[in-house]
Amino acid sequence: MSALTVISRKPLSFVLSSMAILGALAGLLVGMGLKFAILGLIFGAVLSVGLSFVAICLLDNEKRSRWGLLAFWLVLGFFFFGLAGGLVGILWGWFFGWFVFWLFEGRYRARLHPYLTSRQVLWHFTFRVICGAIFTYLITPILVVMPLSFNAQDFFTFTPEMLQFDPAGYSLKHYRDFFNNNEWQRSFKNSLIIAPISTIISVSLGTLAAIGLSQRHVPFKRLIMALLISPMIVPLIISATGMFFFYATVGNFLENSLGVDKNFVGYIKVILAHSVLGIPFVIITVTATLVGFDNSLTQAAANMGADPVTTFFRVQMPLILPGVISGGLFAFITSFDEVVVIMFVGSASQKTLPWQMFIGLREQISPTILAVATILVVLSIMLLTTLELLRRRSEKLRGLSPA
Amino acid sequence: MTFTKTFVASAALSLAAGATFADGHMANEMTIVSWGGAYSASQLNAYHTPYAAKTGVTILNDDSSSTAVARLRAMNEANNITWDVVDVEAGPAMQLCDEGLAMVIDPDTMLAPAPDGTSAADDFGDMLVSECFIPQIVYSTTFGYRTDLVGSTAPTSVCDVFDTVAYPGKRSLFSVPINTMEWALLCDGVAKADIYDVLETPEGQDQALAKLDTIKDDVIWVSSGADTPQLLADGEVVMGATYNGRLFALIEEQKQPVAMIWDGQVMDLDGWIIPTGLSPERQARALDYIMFATDTQRLADQAKWISYGPARASSAPLVGKHADLGIDMGPHMPTAPENLERAFLMNYSFWADYRDDLDAKFQTWLAK
Repeated sequence: MSALTVISRKPLSFVLSSMAILGALAGLLVGMGLKFAILGLIFGAVLSVGLSFVAICLLDNEKRSRWGLLAFWLVLGFFFFGLAGGLVGILWGWFFGWFVFWLFEGRYRARLHPYLTSRQVLWHFTFRVICGAIFTYLITPILVVMPLSFNAQDFFTFTPEMLQFDPAGYSLKHYRDFFNNNEWQRSFKNSLIIAPISTIISVSLGTLAAIGLSQRHVPFKRLIMALLISPMIVPLIISATGMFFFYATVGNFLENSLGVDKNFVGYIKVILAHSVLGIPFVIITVTATLVGFDNSLTQAAANMGADPVTTFFRVQMPLILPGVISGGLFAFITSFDEVVVIMFVGSASQKTLPWQMFIGLREQISPTILAVATILVVLSIMLLTTLELLRRRSEKLRGLSPA
Repeated sequence: MTFTKTFVASAALSLAAGATFADGHMANEMTIVSWGGAYSASQLNAYHTPYAAKTGVTILNDDSSSTAVARLRAMNEANNITWDVVDVEAGPAMQLCDEGLAMVIDPDTMLAPAPDGTSAADDFGDMLVSECFIPQIVYSTTFGYRTDLVGSTAPTSVCDVFDTVAYPGKRSLFSVPINTMEWALLCDGVAKADIYDVLETPEGQDQALAKLDTIKDDVIWVSSGADTPQLLADGEVVMGATYNGRLFALIEEQKQPVAMIWDGQVMDLDGWIIPTGLSPERQARALDYIMFATDTQRLADQAKWISYGPARASSAPLVGKHADLGIDMGPHMPTAPENLERAFLMNYSFWADYRDDLDAKFQTWLAK
């Protein structure tokens, strides 16, 4: 495609007015941080136009201009905001130089169809900027906590030392606190006990329910489905209140009449409650996979003498496995992230990570929470990557993927 | 069949893990409910660790004191009390006692006397505000300010909070009427002794809200004791209200450029209650713990880790230095003589009667 479009230099007026808009936006952003929004807007536009003019008309050599711009922004950033400012200056200077010549040389058209109108070209890039903005909006809150978790102070604040990349502003003490503090370790252990067991229960029950509901002869299918999915729809706080009273009775019976250990009963209560919350996710994903399942396969298996259990495990299960696994993942995350039901149903010995984080946030704004959050983010990225790699590998082995 | 095998094996493994984990727990365990953070840490150091060493009881912390009243009501409804000892403020303790959710504790037989033989009842004296409530500490809600953001003259009076001309910038206040309305009246010229008489009348309540109107645009409303320290550390507020122990940690442990305005500090009590409806065995253990944790030495010990004043008169002389910083803790107590003279003692019975009404009125005003 690129070979088709001939690129040509653009008029200076177009380049300079675009750069004025860019500079005004950047100036506004910096200006708002320093509480001089309007001044920043005007100054940014003027500076940007001036620099572009110098780069294009006076230096008249792309390489030289771009190095010059980089150096200018580096010095400016370093002069006003120190080391961090210098780093931002390098990035911004590089982008600025690239952008000026991208516009001036008309390179933005290089990869597009030659017949596009300028309005279509504008939309093409606006669309990408919007996508980028949405992505930033989704990911920034997660990224912001990561540097903060290395804070040497006990606050959610970027200290001046941190912004100057002074090693004294950083420390691993919040990570140490997580690994040495009994409360955090106990809740981490509890999460690792409760989430997997309730996932197994949710997956077993949810898959069975989905398969049952996919049979043609089941009456009141929609009503049953609605009932089974209701834990996902009913506000959590209502489910939690109901579960509190329900499981209190169950627990009292187990403890007082059967003499089961109090803590063990506590775990059973929480695990059952979390399984209920996880089941709808499994039902939904497995039902979706079952839509594409060919029922004549089970009939064929039966025809060849396989009993229903063998048919299920050897024919049906392998085919619906992707749905079961993704449902299981959702069920796991539901239990692992859950903070409302556990606070009602559980007692202190079942305290999970989200509970501990919630308390830490309410009573003591401590960056240990951020350290834990960072660890969890890294763990979930690793988990999802592994799963995706395994999935691709098995697809390749089964010859499902064209690769 | 690999999937089936993996599935069955992992299910069996996790169940076995769960079972062994549960077996590992002794029945000799108690759950103590408190506020979390540095406060729970001070209790752990001063009470829990020595008590566990002495008796072998395992103590579990549940940092749920801020929802204690509602949770105890629900537990009572469900007939499933999972808490053994609960740390609450004096007001909620009175409420729980009235509702029959906290047991009556006789100071003469169930608490340790002072080392010189003074009975516990005399040693605690006026602090025993409810027959169910054993006070531990005196804490206060007071203001801290950023020393670098207030100009050349530092604020010295609680009324400087209402002076946005001399001290421009945001200030943080708890979004509850308690303390906030008292301060507003105090700074509107009402004498300390008359504040609750004035606050009883609708005109007095309007007067307090009118005074608050003058600074409403400059207030950041907070709901937890941790908020103001964070805002002060960020420099988002020039001054703000929180518990004195939080400010102590901010100033002395975190070394932030913050100082305290002790003037107009409102003192309150925090202490233990034991829920009703425990089995005799658990109740006996809870009482044994209370007897241990509220003796003279233990109360004085807690002040090594947090700057709250011990509730026993006999503990005061034993208050020493901070365990890690080596600072003399005496002057940092709300009960220190120079801080006490500018204090303001909250009227519990007033708030027990008017809390619901004023809460509603205050929230309506906030939303305006």
